[in-house]
Amino acid sequence: MSEAPRPEPESQLARRLAAGQFVVTAELSPPRSAQLESVAQEVDVLRGYVDAANVTDNQAANVRMSSLAVSITLVQRGLEPVMQVTCRDRNRLAIQSDLLGASAYGIRNLLCLTGDHGKWGDHPAALNVWDMDSIHLLRMVRNMVDGPCYENGRPIPKVAPRLFIGGAANPFAPPYEYRPMRLAKKVAAGARFVQTQIIYNVGRFEEYMARVRDLGLHEAVHIIAGVAPIRSAGAARFMAENVAGMDVPQAIVERMAKTPRAAQPAEGVEICLEVIEQVRGVEGVAGIHITAINWAEIVPEIVRRAGLKPPTQQW
Amino acid sequence: MIVAEQKPLEEIKSMIADARKVLVLGCGTCVTVCFAGGEKEVSILASQLRMATRLDGQEKEIRELTVQRQCEYEYNELAADHVRDADMVISLACGIGVQTMNEQYPEKLTVPGLNTSGLSQPTEQGVWEERCQACGNCVLHLTGGLCPVARCAKSLLNGPCGGSQRGICEVYAERETPCVWDQIYHRLKDLGQLDKLLEIEPAKNWHTSRDGGQRKIVREDLRL
Repeated sequence: MSEAPRPEPESQLARRLAAGQFVVTAELSPPRSAQLESVAQEVDVLRGYVDAANVTDNQAANVRMSSLAVSITLVQRGLEPVMQVTCRDRNRLAIQSDLLGASAYGIRNLLCLTGDHGKWGDHPAALNVWDMDSIHLLRMVRNMVDGPCYENGRPIPKVAPRLFIGGAANPFAPPYEYRPMRLAKKVAAGARFVQTQIIYNVGRFEEYMARVRDLGLHEAVHIIAGVAPIRSAGAARFMAENVAGMDVPQAIVERMAKTPRAAQPAEGVEICLEVIEQVRGVEGVAGIHITAINWAEIVPEIVRRAGLKPPTQQW
Repeated sequence: MIVAEQKPLEEIKSMIADARKVLVLGCGTCVTVCFAGGEKEVSILASQLRMATRLDGQEKEIRELTVQRQCEYEYNELAADHVRDADMVISLACGIGVQTMNEQYPEKLTVPGLNTSGLSQPTEQGVWEERCQACGNCVLHLTGGLCPVARCAKSLLNGPCGGSQRGICEVYAERETPCVWDQIYHRLKDLGQLDKLLEIEPAKNWHTSRDGGQRKIVREDLRL
């Protein structure tokens, strides 16, 4: 199931993971308007603290600047992007053409996702495409890189895209017993790294990882554990009650609730640091992915206080 | 079967605003069984339109008729006199019936009184749940007899996304729609066929579905 060793890693992220170094990635949201200033600011905040930054693709089905455009900006500004692609808004033609462009512009990491349903987004009347699902997408990209051929099987002339291919893994969505099998399927389809759903229930994550190790998957794919600081008691409660595929234990909801409002962000960071401390010790965890939506400035603090050490770090 | 729901009365009224004599034409097949366009529903809608147009001060003459199967010419021939006398026809058939009528009686416009909403199973009295999208390339043998094309909000073919809570699809949570992939998982587990979930299904060829253009079956062995 594991890939043959490659002469040259596609990206810094790939190189670090292959070398067994613990990586840090974070999430970066493209702007809702046609300006890049906010991207430049977030890049300046994150550069030096993370190995790579995920650039979301119309996250939560809301229109934002394209992940391709923002990922190119990251390349130009010296922060390695993990370009996210979902199957909700584009069919196989559109995705492949974007990937040719992405590779040509020096984007080397790709995260393949099914995508959130458009129902909750800002255009709920739009057609949800889903020509493919995330596993089809992984295999298509793998074939574009290794074939090299298009989804239709025809060869890609001259230069094929060079991409380090990843996917998502959710240990917290039922049926739980199936989740490790789904990871196996993603690895077979071409995933060489995965980033997990945000972890709050460390116990369930450990159970998941035990099964993943039973299947030998931790040696076939780099598993980056997702974490996120909770900013308020309301956010904790909302995630616990309303977000499918998220598992926020009642103890965390209560801990946030009994913290005075002004101290809640700091408490959320404390919880995040505790989760990082616990999951980094789990066998098979190769790094940490930090999601701090609209709160990029907290990422350097978390990285510093958790003692996570990206390669170029100077502080 | 094909299931449909009646359009809002206001929408129907606006469609017939310019007509004085209107025929409400039902269908005795699928939409009768799903209580949307049979003789009874035709009668109710006709009465509503008579009352509503009288209250509006523009009373229309509303006639009623239900044919056995509005998607076939020979049944609709029985409606010829009614159609001739009417300015406009409101069809309480599925979209196939509406189009058959427009094709068969091009001199009169037939408008839809129903929204056709799926190929569904009546799961309990008054409840119809979609089961098939007529994608033209059936996968039910791979999925324990449960269709992910019609029943998964994302038509996923390789297993569940992360969007289910306690076995309920997040997209239709208010309707308590089960996550079909959760159901498929448990069904295949019961059948001892979980290995099927490890196989990567190739990307679907949508050409047999909505993307091959209008579909047409020609059976030479049956043609006259």
